[in-house]
Amino acid sequence: MRIELSVNGEPCEADVWEGESLLYALRERLGLPGSKNACEQGECGSCSVLLDGKLVCACLVLAAQAEGHEIVTVEGLAEDGRLHKVQEAFVAAGAVQCGFCTPGLVVATADLLARNVYPSDDDIREALSGNLCRCTGYAKIFDAVRMAAASL
Amino acid sequence: MTIIERQPLAHVGRSVPRRDAHEKLRGAAQFVGDFVVPRMVHGKVLRSPFAHARVVAVDASEAEALPGVVCVLTGDDLTDLDPYWGHAIKDRPIVALDHVRFAGEPVAAVAAEDEATAAAALNAIRVEYEELPVAGTIEQALADDAPILHEGPLRPGLFHGLGELPPREGNVCYRYRIDRGELESVFARADLIVEGEYSFPAVYQYAMETHTVVAQVEGEEITVWSTCQHPFLVRAELADLFAVPLASVRVVVPYLGGGFGSKSYTKMEPLTAALARKAGRPVRIQNRVDESMVTTRRHGMRCRMRTAMTNEGNLVARDVDCWFDTGAYADNGPRVTATGGDAAPGPYRWHAYRVDARCVYTNTGPAGSYRAFGAAHLQWIGESQIDELARRAGLDPLAVRRDNLCLPGEELRNGAKSLDADLIGDVEQAAAAVGWSEPKRANVGRGVSVGLLAAGAHPVSTAIVRLEADGQVVVLVGTTEVGQGPRTVFAQIAAEELGVDVEQVTVRGTDTRFTPYDRSTGASRSTTIAGLAVQRAARQVRDQLEEIAAGDPLEPTAYPELLRRHFGFTGGELIGSGEVAPTGTGSYAEGPVFWEVCVGAAEVEVDPETGVVRVRRTATVADVGRAINPQLVQRQDEGATLQGLGNALFEEMVFEDGQLLNDTLLDYRVPSFADLPNEMTCVIVENEDGPGPYGAKGCGEGALAAIPAAVVNALADVGVPMQELPLTPERVWRRIQTLKEEGKWPR
Repeated sequence: MRIELSVNGEPCEADVWEGESLLYALRERLGLPGSKNACEQGECGSCSVLLDGKLVCACLVLAAQAEGHEIVTVEGLAEDGRLHKVQEAFVAAGAVQCGFCTPGLVVATADLLARNVYPSDDDIREALSGNLCRCTGYAKIFDAVRMAAASL
Repeated sequence: MTIIERQPLAHVGRSVPRRDAHEKLRGAAQFVGDFVVPRMVHGKVLRSPFAHARVVAVDASEAEALPGVVCVLTGDDLTDLDPYWGHAIKDRPIVALDHVRFAGEPVAAVAAEDEATAAAALNAIRVEYEELPVAGTIEQALADDAPILHEGPLRPGLFHGLGELPPREGNVCYRYRIDRGELESVFARADLIVEGEYSFPAVYQYAMETHTVVAQVEGEEITVWSTCQHPFLVRAELADLFAVPLASVRVVVPYLGGGFGSKSYTKMEPLTAALARKAGRPVRIQNRVDESMVTTRRHGMRCRMRTAMTNEGNLVARDVDCWFDTGAYADNGPRVTATGGDAAPGPYRWHAYRVDARCVYTNTGPAGSYRAFGAAHLQWIGESQIDELARRAGLDPLAVRRDNLCLPGEELRNGAKSLDADLIGDVEQAAAAVGWSEPKRANVGRGVSVGLLAAGAHPVSTAIVRLEADGQVVVLVGTTEVGQGPRTVFAQIAAEELGVDVEQVTVRGTDTRFTPYDRSTGASRSTTIAGLAVQRAARQVRDQLEEIAAGDPLEPTAYPELLRRHFGFTGGELIGSGEVAPTGTGSYAEGPVFWEVCVGAAEVEVDPETGVVRVRRTATVADVGRAINPQLVQRQDEGATLQGLGNALFEEMVFEDGQLLNDTLLDYRVPSFADLPNEMTCVIVENEDGPGPYGAKGCGEGALAAIPAAVVNALADVGVPMQELPLTPERVWRRIQTLKEEGKWPR
């Protein structure tokens, strides 16, 4: 089936299979591999994207459900080649290691800060509890979120 | 205390931001699963539902007839080659031939135009099995009437590095024994003896990126894009399997989404290459999480240990028997077993010790490397016995360690490298960081732990440094970027040697067609060994520049001019090569390359009503000789600390009759934001006592051995000694109930 949607502000079309996830369509059909394919169960958050401004795991959304909706992926966060404040904070805090969870964490953090400009530590824990990272030990991601909040 | 006069360095010792951070944050960093190769098709693997069975027949005709299916690979397609692989023991066929030995073992593989078709085709393959008795645990595998998993002579693999491998004894595929002194007479004279039986669970490395391989076979030319940590060892195994020259195999490794040992040595590459060979087109196989969990894991282990001390607090003897569950195929089990054996005595001044470590086949998924293997298995046991002895003698556990730990330069194991670290200084710093001497409230305990890990693996690395005509520098080195940051560290080293800015140096991924040989990325070896090769290569370029400059001062801005002077033309490049090999005497001739320090401390609080253990403070010591990038060093320890907490508190692969019951992230929990301790300290110690560049030595694994041991000791300090990991609330609660019945709780 053919779907039409907006991805990172651009209108897109894709031929998808009925059972196909939005993640598969983004990665395999639309040339946007930034959202990572890891657990495919909505447990790790590596495929986090915004669907009409709402944070979702792209692996749990059917591509067909995205018909007519607006998607923002990690590739759409930086504007005019300049990193988003959240991305800058991740660099400054040293919160990146292997980078596989990073796209999802960046999208989830951007979502948190769009809703809550002054998140408490508990707010951060809660908002990012759906994003796993096996490399960093989380401490510097915490720092990055606090730094990003302060800079916005 | 040694006072070290440091030469001032421009780039080494600074927390230079990661060179790859921007790419990764924009989602632009390429991982294997992001590669699209022209004409590529999708591969899926049919896996055995049985833990142990004879394969009577495989019928793929229906699957092959489905529209969109390119081919189905079965054992019948491998008759033209010797299909067995395994870097330690060649015990594993590319796909099952007539025998499956674990639930999840590949029996066939499909290549199809899209993933959905490949998945549908798997359902159309008919396999007839005849079930066999299952040896699902170490105990079952060692029983007199145990089913024997592997028959026939043991065939050594290409890189076990363990001397001559003895024949199997039943299901025991490898045995490692060390001893010193007259064990029984020392035990007979000892005042205090602690002994016990212990169990350590199988755990999953959980690199977020699952094993993924794209393979292309054109005649003798085999190309694989793979999530592998050791591209050159994979290249050699593929060349051996498919009987082609090394240079015909090309292994390309872009960024890796974590490894922690799960991507060490060969994993999914032979199967993907065999499928691509049959398909005549490039094929991508990407494991799901449940498939990766049966591709590799950490060894579960059973251990019997006793330790003896005098009333005055002198540690005198230790006796260790342990059995490592390596699953259905050896993978890195023999090395894990040997490293565990070397870690078992701990870094103490024993009069006598004896260690007997066995590697045991069982009908479960194969076990291989996972960060701090061997030390993670044994350190918590040995260190908990030392704490128990200290308690019985009424001594401070820290004081017992101060009195018994080996000193720098002391011999640790017969013939091995002597101690190259200040362990007493290290453990005192760790203890101080968790408030060792501060008063404790009820149900709060503190523990320390000290251990060593034989690190560095086989010290062979080469590197090439190219100075381009525009003054930019390119470093070619085979270390893979798993998240630990070698591309940044090597850029710092090259920049330091050549006097250029770090931003002028580029380090990219590995492509064995162009990148020179590096043995592996593991055993905390890269900064120390590959880093030294980079340093030597960069120095060679500097020597050439000095010769060209003929006495003029070497200004980096003038490098393009010097190249023009040398080549008489705009163009050309200077090439330096560096090599590290275990020749001659010194650090690289005697094993191990260095002893990685595993020192940590923890403060925990237990809720006796629920058994929940909350880790309040942790401290680790990165005794790295010289921190080339302190921020990256700390990141390594922080990550290993969280993995250590997972291993200590809740991570456990649960098997029943060889079947893995918790094969999803819903059921197998890894640490999340909620598990972060209130305080996590990483102390960096720089005594410039490492054999690597600028006195550096590796880090990043030790904390994963130290933290579980420190947590176990902290819990015993509260009054709850444990002999089984993980420390789940149920286990801890049950232990407290038993202690209550024995009148030992509250203490």
